[in-house]
Amino acid sequence: MFSSMTISQLRTLLRAREVSAEEVVISVFDQIDKVEGDIEAYVTLCRSEALVQAKRADALLKEGNAPDLCGIPIAIKDNISTAGLKTTCASRILDDYVPPFDATVVTKLKEAGVVIVGKTNLDEFALGSSTENSQFHVTRNPWDRSRVPGGSSGGSAAAVAAGEAIAALGSDTGGSIRQPAAFCGIVGLKPTYGLVSRYGLIPAAPSLDHVGPLTRDVRDAALVLQAIAGWDGKDPTSVQKELPNYEAVLSEDITGLVVGLPKELLDNELDPEAKEAIFGVANVLESLGARVEAISLPHAEYAMASFYLIASAEISSSLACFDGVRLGKRYGEAKDTTSMFMKTRGQLGIEAKRRILVGTAILQEDNYTTYFVKAQKVRTKIREDFQQAFGRCDVILSPTTPTPAFTLGHKLDRPVIMYKSDVYTSLANLAGIPALSVPCGYTEGGLPLGMQIMGKPFDEATVLKVGHLYEQQTASERRLPQKEVKANG
Amino acid sequence: MADWEVIIGLEIHAELLTESKVFCGCNTEFGGEPNSQVCPVCMGLPGALPVLNRQAVELAIKAGLALNCTINGTSQFDRKHYFYPDLPKAYQISQNDRPLCSHGMVELSVGDRKRQIGIQRVHLEEEAGKSVHVGDSIISSEYSLLDYNRSGIALVEIVTEPDIRSAEEARLFLEKLKTLLEYTEVSDCKMEEGSLRCDANISLRPKGSSAYGVKTEIKNLNSFRAVQRALEFEADRQRRLLQAKEVVLPETRHWDEAKGMTFSMRSKAKAADYRYMPDPNLYPLQVDEAWIESIRQNLPELPDAKRDRFINDYDLPPYDADVLTTSRHLADYFEACVQEVDEPKLVSNWVMGEVLRWLKAHELEIESSPVAPKELGGLLKLIQEDVVSTIVAKDVLSEMFATGKSAVEIVDEKGWRQISDADSLEAIIDGVIAENPGPVADFQKGKTKAIGFLVGQVMKASKGQANPQKANEMLRQKLQK
Repeated sequence: MFSSMTISQLRTLLRAREVSAEEVVISVFDQIDKVEGDIEAYVTLCRSEALVQAKRADALLKEGNAPDLCGIPIAIKDNISTAGLKTTCASRILDDYVPPFDATVVTKLKEAGVVIVGKTNLDEFALGSSTENSQFHVTRNPWDRSRVPGGSSGGSAAAVAAGEAIAALGSDTGGSIRQPAAFCGIVGLKPTYGLVSRYGLIPAAPSLDHVGPLTRDVRDAALVLQAIAGWDGKDPTSVQKELPNYEAVLSEDITGLVVGLPKELLDNELDPEAKEAIFGVANVLESLGARVEAISLPHAEYAMASFYLIASAEISSSLACFDGVRLGKRYGEAKDTTSMFMKTRGQLGIEAKRRILVGTAILQEDNYTTYFVKAQKVRTKIREDFQQAFGRCDVILSPTTPTPAFTLGHKLDRPVIMYKSDVYTSLANLAGIPALSVPCGYTEGGLPLGMQIMGKPFDEATVLKVGHLYEQQTASERRLPQKEVKANG
Repeated sequence: MADWEVIIGLEIHAELLTESKVFCGCNTEFGGEPNSQVCPVCMGLPGALPVLNRQAVELAIKAGLALNCTINGTSQFDRKHYFYPDLPKAYQISQNDRPLCSHGMVELSVGDRKRQIGIQRVHLEEEAGKSVHVGDSIISSEYSLLDYNRSGIALVEIVTEPDIRSAEEARLFLEKLKTLLEYTEVSDCKMEEGSLRCDANISLRPKGSSAYGVKTEIKNLNSFRAVQRALEFEADRQRRLLQAKEVVLPETRHWDEAKGMTFSMRSKAKAADYRYMPDPNLYPLQVDEAWIESIRQNLPELPDAKRDRFINDYDLPPYDADVLTTSRHLADYFEACVQEVDEPKLVSNWVMGEVLRWLKAHELEIESSPVAPKELGGLLKLIQEDVVSTIVAKDVLSEMFATGKSAVEIVDEKGWRQISDADSLEAIIDGVIAENPGPVADFQKGKTKAIGFLVGQVMKASKGQANPQKANEMLRQKLQK
């Protein structure tokens, strides 16, 4: 079944004309018809447009000069702008917003020939770790429907895991690609800040936001990254760099490579099964010629506080534009502008309101130095920790999350506990470094576990290489998530 | 009764003459169809990102240099948050604690005295859009329309130190500032189009005191005259309150031009908190010394230097030099004309007199004068060469303004060439002598005044074309024979 294949497998078949892009897309929509009622990964599906795009892809494939991702069905998180296609951020406030422009990553994917399957569910404005903050519906974990898919890119992760897309784009502010990838047993990459354009990504916290791929394996992550990376004049934080061929690098070996194991990230909060899995990974990497060394990130314990202060401040600013004047659906009759602002903004969900309140409070003149400035100082310390660590090692290994996927509703009323599921991932957002989540085993209950490989700035190549070699080495243990998905009824 | 000292500080917003907006590529031309010069960035669509316009930075640096500021190598863009319909992102990108330019100074001549007004800062920011309230006023209108053409236009905010000591000084400062910004082509400073705006802070304190009194801020100042009038009114209002031992409230006051009064708009007792934060999309702005130096090298001659040069090189009286250097265009016009006619004082008289008078009557600026400097030069040459008299030349200039023709064309067409050759004049003079025996006899008896009457008759007979000086000489010669 094509819908469960990887990009690289499909690429071979499509180029050999053994399958048409149209057949692939139909296969994906067949799977969607089977499981979407249960999973609810999508906010919007683009069935007819996808078929048109697939036919166009087939024409290019026939000519023999098809671009890299030609005919590959991909899902896009619904906070990434798509021209002419509703982009809701899973918020009532944007439920009829149709952007007039494509995000740069969407433009690049279109140039690479992909077929857009639809827009995936997320926590409202990407604020959350379970996709339960979507104002439309919850998304279920394909491995266990009573569990969350993670978040905020939960729709993208569930879609890829359940065969409802071959790959997906997500966004990652504190772990929103990697955590759902880990929960759904797939690969997720948060690239270096500045490598992939943010133009068109509806912002949560611009200094922490990233766009990246969620895929079935590491090779696919390399392929999607290749398509979306690169300098963009529309993004002032975009960096001009010569890009390596990420796929070609995967075949290199890792003899002599130093893997750092930070003691602060293997603490008591960590689920014993997850901890065990990481030591297992270390053994595999050593068997492949790498050297594993204990390292320290001394300021890691302050990361959560720093992260939530900075993120909340930026979020309160980013969400200010939804005031009902042009953005933000106006609800009810307002008698003046102030009541219009209030009625419109009253539509935001509880997590958005919580972050706006926290962010607004800490940006007030009296609090600014005590909270915001201090949080920025911690951020600098964390960056320095990584600089020091990378003086000794090439990559840093940790669990992606402290626990496997938790049950729906479990943490929704306990925001601080929910925030803690981002404890390992948010470090890479604060430091802006690349971080990859790769499946690394399963719990006794059969839930997937993920490991995180962090690298030096712009050294995605090494991160992907390590992930890929581990994946190759342990291929026999890998379970296909879709196998676990029982068709509806 | 206490003697009061008036303390004034100004905040000026000037739109920069950039071709495109400060963070996007949209056109900045004034007067386009509403919302025709917009894009996702200046409309604040989510996901659009600001990309800084280099030309805007360059113009802001120019402004800073013209105002003798320090240009800071590192400055920071901040978000200033407030909710208002014309502010699409609900924050304005501005500069808070790290402005691009600071610590400047402008020197003014107030009467015979020189006064130095400190410039606290010059920073770069973006314009908001424009609300158009449908109906009579903001209060009675049922709805408002929004035009975002202006949204994102580059602005500098210029803040003075509280160094200004009278309403007149405030006006003189603004005039000087406008001259400087126009000279450097930083801004066209058109208050009527809103490209220059000014808010004024004013407080009073007993003379000799060093502590500041409670200040009020005055808004809605739409001309330099309004600034002076409003400050005069407000100084007087505060003085009367203080003398009556009443308090001045910290508030924002609205200037009503028609009533000639300020009215309370809102209290400032609780300062607005804009929740400034560094804009995470924009890294700190780094400006290197070489760039600043090249901008400095390319600065045009500034008004004070030009004024001194006009006095020294053209031997102009200080008054003429002052007037001619109030605008760079006026000074350029003068100098272009001097290139044609090497008699600076003659040019100065005509530019300051006839030319400016005609332009003022027709509400035109010197740069759009229908008579180019070269054309004016052509006319003045005719005066120098005695082809026309000064009186006829004024008529010629009027014709030039009306028709766009050259001075020579008009003089020839109208037959206004001055009669200076002896033969033609002699015939007319002989006629006048024959017809006016009385005055002739008077003159010959020693009543020299009679010559004036006779010259007048020659002018009359020649329809004003006779060269009066020549006619005078010839008459004398003939009658003294």
